[in-house]
Amino acid sequence: MVEQVNLKIDHLSVSVDAGATILEAARKVNVRIPTLCHHEDLCVAGNCRVCVVEQVGLDRLQPACAIPVSEGMEILTNSMKVRNARKQIIELLISEHRAECTTCYKNGKCELQSLSNEYIVGESGFLPLVPLKGYTIDEFSPSIIKDDSKCIRCQRCVRTCDQIQSIGALTVAHKGGEMKISTFFDKPIYEVVCTNCGQCVNRCPTGALTEKTYINEVWNAIDNPDKFVVVQTAPAVRIALGEALDMDPGEIVTGKMVAALRRLGFNAVLDTDWSADLTIIEEGNELLQRLKRVLKDKETDVKIPMTTSCSPGWIKFIEHTFPDFLEHLSTAKSPQQMFGALAKTFYANKIGVDPSNMVSVSVMPCTAKKFEANRPEMRASGYQDVDFVVTTRELAMMVKQAGIDFKSLPDDDYDSIMGESTGAGVIFGATGGVMEAALRTVYEVVTGREIPFDGLNILPVRGMEEVREASLKIENPLPEWDFLDGVEVKTCVAHGLSNAKKVMEKVKNGEADYHFIEIMACPGGCLGGGGQPLPTSPEIRKKRAEAIYREDAGKKIRKSHENPEIIQIYEDFLVEPLGHKSHELLHTTYTPRNRY
Amino acid sequence: MKKGLKRLDLIFKNEHDSAVILEKSLKRSNEELIEDLISSGLKGRGGAGFPTGLKWKLTAEASGQEKYVICNADEGEPGTFKDREILSSVPHKVLTGMAVCGRIIGSEKGFIYLRGEYKFLIPKLQKAIDEFHELADSLNLPFRVQIFLGCGAYICGEESALFESMEGHRGEPRNKPPFPTDSGYRKGPTVINNVETLAHTYSIFKYGPEKFRDLGVKDSRGSKVFSVSGDTPIPGIYELEFGMTLQKFVDDFGDGDAKAVQVGGAAGFCVPRKKFDKTVIGYKGKLTGISLPTGGSMMIFNSSRSMYNVLHNYLDFFVEESCGQCTPCRVGTQQLLLGIEAVKRGDKSSQYLEKLLELAETMRVTAKCGLGQSVANSFSSIVENFREEMIY
Repeated sequence: MVEQVNLKIDHLSVSVDAGATILEAARKVNVRIPTLCHHEDLCVAGNCRVCVVEQVGLDRLQPACAIPVSEGMEILTNSMKVRNARKQIIELLISEHRAECTTCYKNGKCELQSLSNEYIVGESGFLPLVPLKGYTIDEFSPSIIKDDSKCIRCQRCVRTCDQIQSIGALTVAHKGGEMKISTFFDKPIYEVVCTNCGQCVNRCPTGALTEKTYINEVWNAIDNPDKFVVVQTAPAVRIALGEALDMDPGEIVTGKMVAALRRLGFNAVLDTDWSADLTIIEEGNELLQRLKRVLKDKETDVKIPMTTSCSPGWIKFIEHTFPDFLEHLSTAKSPQQMFGALAKTFYANKIGVDPSNMVSVSVMPCTAKKFEANRPEMRASGYQDVDFVVTTRELAMMVKQAGIDFKSLPDDDYDSIMGESTGAGVIFGATGGVMEAALRTVYEVVTGREIPFDGLNILPVRGMEEVREASLKIENPLPEWDFLDGVEVKTCVAHGLSNAKKVMEKVKNGEADYHFIEIMACPGGCLGGGGQPLPTSPEIRKKRAEAIYREDAGKKIRKSHENPEIIQIYEDFLVEPLGHKSHELLHTTYTPRNRY
Repeated sequence: MKKGLKRLDLIFKNEHDSAVILEKSLKRSNEELIEDLISSGLKGRGGAGFPTGLKWKLTAEASGQEKYVICNADEGEPGTFKDREILSSVPHKVLTGMAVCGRIIGSEKGFIYLRGEYKFLIPKLQKAIDEFHELADSLNLPFRVQIFLGCGAYICGEESALFESMEGHRGEPRNKPPFPTDSGYRKGPTVINNVETLAHTYSIFKYGPEKFRDLGVKDSRGSKVFSVSGDTPIPGIYELEFGMTLQKFVDDFGDGDAKAVQVGGAAGFCVPRKKFDKTVIGYKGKLTGISLPTGGSMMIFNSSRSMYNVLHNYLDFFVEESCGQCTPCRVGTQQLLLGIEAVKRGDKSSQYLEKLLELAETMRVTAKCGLGQSVANSFSSIVENFREEMIY
């Protein structure tokens, strides 16, 4: 039992665990203290000072987010002194912020805007600082836009990049009035170690960090009668889109989303879950091939552990940070890119559309996918395989722009082919999902039996623990895989790049005896991606994960290799996993990059 | 110097007896030594005035694997230059104080955080340290002192920013609590004292606490080294008894036309002529009336000076030297500077000064560290006492 501390918040008595902050104590009695630099995912900063409160007996105000409670403390959150100070601090922040709210991408979703809405009356503020200093907007990245004029220096992005992702692409430079959030030598984001994961975008309280939007490009394609526009939707979009359209976290909106996309005017509404199933077939077979070459054929130039390759943030991270370990990456493209390569080849042929007239759009929970679609390797079809990537947030905006009452939409089904999916494809959206999906298939390929977990639920790889290890013993395999008899297949799952780094350090130091590692760049996996609705918190991500597994449990087919449309594409087009066509369209190469 | 004030020579008298004092002190118990410091009434000479004996006691009692003794020689306050002189002429007093502190709190590691601009002191200072290490070795004292050179940021004189700087991070103040006595450099319990404070401990260990306590006034005991500059015929460094009135100070050091004295540097208070005789130089206490603490900076301005320019200069300084971390300090300093410019130009009415005074008060009560909190000192005291100079 943790020691309890008794205090009073606005004359209300409350007991909290020793070590709790004033802010946490206030929440317990439902007293809301405004915050800006505070974020549940990040360490305490105490920078913005918006949360200052009065502690009876002290002259100076205290930042509620940073000060631990003490016995007998009496806190006032709404005294004249507090109100005056808070209002002035908000005025100060607005004075260094280019407050052109009506034209801002974050209009209506900006935390500074809602605070000013609560506290500012009239135009009695301070002198605007932005016009005096000028500013730059970094728009070079295909994923992220950084607008210094909207930055309020709360350093949430800096802490995100450092603590959650251990990248440090964003950092604080200069001091005093010149202090700003910068990059290495103030280079554009595009040129530094940034992985485009967008976790900073998810935590920026203002419009200083936003995704680069492709909404207009998508509208233009839809409105062009000569274009055939296909759209694919990533697994994690369907369990989060509702949040951006006035629904609660954890609501599954797959059917409504499909209906909305059709109303928006897409010519075909298809599913990235389908190509997630395809990824499992290719990547699972690649894993088995690698194991065979290492364990049976004793080849020394084949690398294990093999790591997943679906997360483009993770790909860019390993290219920068562990460039000597790229051979550990599965060569399988991500589901988005597998889909893109097949859309303008197999699918275009199937429906009789000239691929040059096809526009391929994907809806992703991710900002790094925008970068991935623009990689030079991703033109296997002879065209850019995926033309435009929009995030879950952008799709929500398009739905609003189109005047669609999302909540009342009837459920609709994906088009075929490339629309059918299994539970294994859905769980790609959660950390551990690719591992679970792969194991469901790989185990069955090797042994001819279903994986021995109740209801196919491989619970040891699920959850939000930072790094999870699980092993699975292979017994009585089919003759072709007899070298695996008795082998304990060791797996590891990590999410968030700081955890990826920990795992890769082990691999680098020869301390990792894993066979297969799943890494997702974002906390919680894609469901916590940089393109997901705001806000984000451990609680919200947990609800999204529950929704993903609910969606999986509700699927008739739960294993990728049983997806009829996957079976069909191998029969009609690809012939065999890792075959010639697969090699051409579904596998890729990686590029070593510098740290600086 | 004309009349009145008693000059002292405790700090700078070079007595060449550190071996004796160190040996004598090491033979005494930690409790006795701390008791001497507490009863001497010594308070931190950097300006904040925390009782030194209590600081050492708390650090001695704190649990922690590794503890540290740090001498804060990041003398950055405009108008102060006394620590430079102390380190140049009597470094062994400072080192002796550090070593005794190390023994008391259980630390073998001492650092001198030296202001970047004082790089030129290193050769002599290092020589003094080397000699001191020999002395320590001869007494079987495993205490070692290292110089850490700062890079010129004012904020790094703030103790927690100083730790960050030493750890290789940006010099940004930390949230408090925890205080350095519990968690300082590398999260170890740390005693961090101003150069002069450590030199005073030497005198206290040598002469006993009574001699120190006999000097000064209640709540402000002992002597203090002042850096006197501005409109004075005799600028320089002076050790004086604590507790004098500003009138007496001006009588001795002014040029006969002093209209204001800035006590405590840019972060201190501006006292106008009419308040000279009511103002006492010393720490805030129950009996001392208007008392102003100072790290030693005393700037005298005569009637030829524009107090607008003085304030403008200070604000320029703060705008540049704020670390930029917290809103009130980063933006507040800029707004104060732009604000007085706008009033002076006539772009804003004189009423705007009221808003700026409110802002200064907000900064005082909400800024994260002493820098932002003390901008209000000079701002409010200058604007309130020389309001017409701000407007016309």
